[in-house]
Amino acid sequence: MPPEASAAGLPATRRRMPSWLATAALLLPSYAWLTLAVLLPLAAMFAFSFLHATPLGNKPVVWTLEQYRAFYDQPYLLGVAWASLSIGLWTTGICAVVGFAAALALVRATAGRARETLLILVLLPFWTNGLVRVFSWTMVIREGGFLDVFVRWFWPSAPSLGFLYTTPAIVLGLVHGYLPYMVLTCYIALLSVDEAVIEAAQSLGARWWTVLFKILVPLAAPGLVTGAILIFVPVIGAFMEPRILGGRVGVTMGTVIEDQFTQAFNWPLGSALAFTMLAVVLAVFATFSGVLRRSATT
Amino acid sequence: MSGVDVTAVAKNYGATKVLTDITQNFESGTFTSLLGPSGSGKTTLLRIIAGFVAPDEGAVRIAGADVTGVPVHARNIGMVFQSYALFPHMSVAANVGFGLGRRGIRGKAAKAQVDEALEMVRLPGFGGRYPRQLSGGQQQRVALARAIVIRPDVLLLDEPLSALDRRLRQEMQVELLRIQRESGLTTIFVTHDQEEALTLSDKVAILDRGRIVQMGRPAEVYERPRTRFAAEFLGDANFLTGKVRGSAVEIAGATIMTEDRLPAEGATVTLAVRPEKIAIRPAETARSGAVENSLPATVSSVIYTGTALTYMLRSGDLHLKVFAQNSDGSPLAAGSAVVLSWSARHSVMVEG
Repeated sequence: MPPEASAAGLPATRRRMPSWLATAALLLPSYAWLTLAVLLPLAAMFAFSFLHATPLGNKPVVWTLEQYRAFYDQPYLLGVAWASLSIGLWTTGICAVVGFAAALALVRATAGRARETLLILVLLPFWTNGLVRVFSWTMVIREGGFLDVFVRWFWPSAPSLGFLYTTPAIVLGLVHGYLPYMVLTCYIALLSVDEAVIEAAQSLGARWWTVLFKILVPLAAPGLVTGAILIFVPVIGAFMEPRILGGRVGVTMGTVIEDQFTQAFNWPLGSALAFTMLAVVLAVFATFSGVLRRSATT
Repeated sequence: MSGVDVTAVAKNYGATKVLTDITQNFESGTFTSLLGPSGSGKTTLLRIIAGFVAPDEGAVRIAGADVTGVPVHARNIGMVFQSYALFPHMSVAANVGFGLGRRGIRGKAAKAQVDEALEMVRLPGFGGRYPRQLSGGQQQRVALARAIVIRPDVLLLDEPLSALDRRLRQEMQVELLRIQRESGLTTIFVTHDQEEALTLSDKVAILDRGRIVQMGRPAEVYERPRTRFAAEFLGDANFLTGKVRGSAVEIAGATIMTEDRLPAEGATVTLAVRPEKIAIRPAETARSGAVENSLPATVSSVIYTGTALTYMLRSGDLHLKVFAQNSDGSPLAAGSAVVLSWSARHSVMVEG
């Protein structure tokens, strides 16, 4: 009975959709959206970076590479870049030390509900609006702010400790916002460390600092590196914290680029600076990808 | 005077008594197994000796020095864990050399000792590899080398073979024994595997609910168990409970002889008889009077395992188990009437 046989065979052949087609069908929506929403605007920005001036009104379109000479033509940008870099390094460094310590305490000294609650408290900065978070710091660290009020409770004639509109103020705001990344990545890395490994080190004569620097830090290195990348990359481009907490000293690559788009209306320069930074970021990734790949295989 | 002395050690977790009044000497150079079911406190006792757990009461002395208040890193112990616990980011040589580095031994001197230790565990030339490149058995050898290279006062083994498969485990038992004999280290070995304990140890300590119920040479503990728990946990046993009548015990109408000193007439006692000590014969061919004890019984089932046979039997209300060699290839059928016999010295009086 050929008709029946083919009818029975049909579902079987239909089920045998080629696997590449299934993969493509599943990936298509997200890739289409990424193309539309991210890659196209990014490509447009990349094109802008080779223009002489913002193509508005009836200005002629002139192609040039001059925007990429900005660091040479305007040497003050080197200072700005250095300021961004040092803010990035300080923020990442402080996050690494504080975040690793917090993750270690969460993993080693707590359990069950207490651990969950403390972890949620760590995540709180994520759930607060960034602008509110940053502005609330201005209340604390301005002259005569909460910090001064608090200190003068104990020492009425204390000089003001306010440090609003300084680089440390910017770093403080950034650390507050980005610390959870480091806590989480280190927490996950430390969770996978076998308790017996630490005990083995102790039984062989290791004191706590040997256990920390020879065992825990190396084993949590993938977490530290991941956290550092997650923090360093957005921090060197940050513009909100430098503007609000840095005042006049808060000139960073992020604020300069923002200014080009919103104030100076020099989109080509803004794009060129942004893509220069992207190149730096990719270089950072390339440098650390070896470390991350090594950790993925262990 | 080295070795390990545990004096009146007790440990409670909340209301749970984990260890109660443990006093025990682990002689220098001997291999002692702590044997018990999970929850018997054997691991806690080992961790108290190591220093990971502080006892609520009592004292621990290692090599003559009181270490009760001494932290782990200052105790000079070697420890091997069930999970191997190698440092995954260090080479085999760095793993083995870790303890030497903590003792200020570095460079050439350390390398020589690391090589010697790797030689001892039969892994020469493995120094440059990483733990993830080794098999489970090899990892455990490295862990052993790492623990013995520091010449510890005591070697503590926390179920080190239970993560290995059977064949590898037997191989490692032989290796472990050889290494212990060569190094002469006082060794305390925690296990729940009775066969492993009997094979490896100079002394076996049986733990039950936080107490050491019996400690002695393997044969001594096996042949003369002091309590019902010890008889049951180490090997198999038939328990016969009855009343003392004269110089024997009356059990289910039969008179059972023992060489143990019996309590007063009329007292209730329990005798333990190992299943392999009992001879089984068909009722019609049995000769009476050859051995002290004989008991008529009926075979209820036979478990055939090739080399050996396990008979489950009934004698009145008693249920008995007998191990027999499969010597003539024709096991007795279920329902057969048989006579069980054993000598008086194999009826061991036990507590409880």
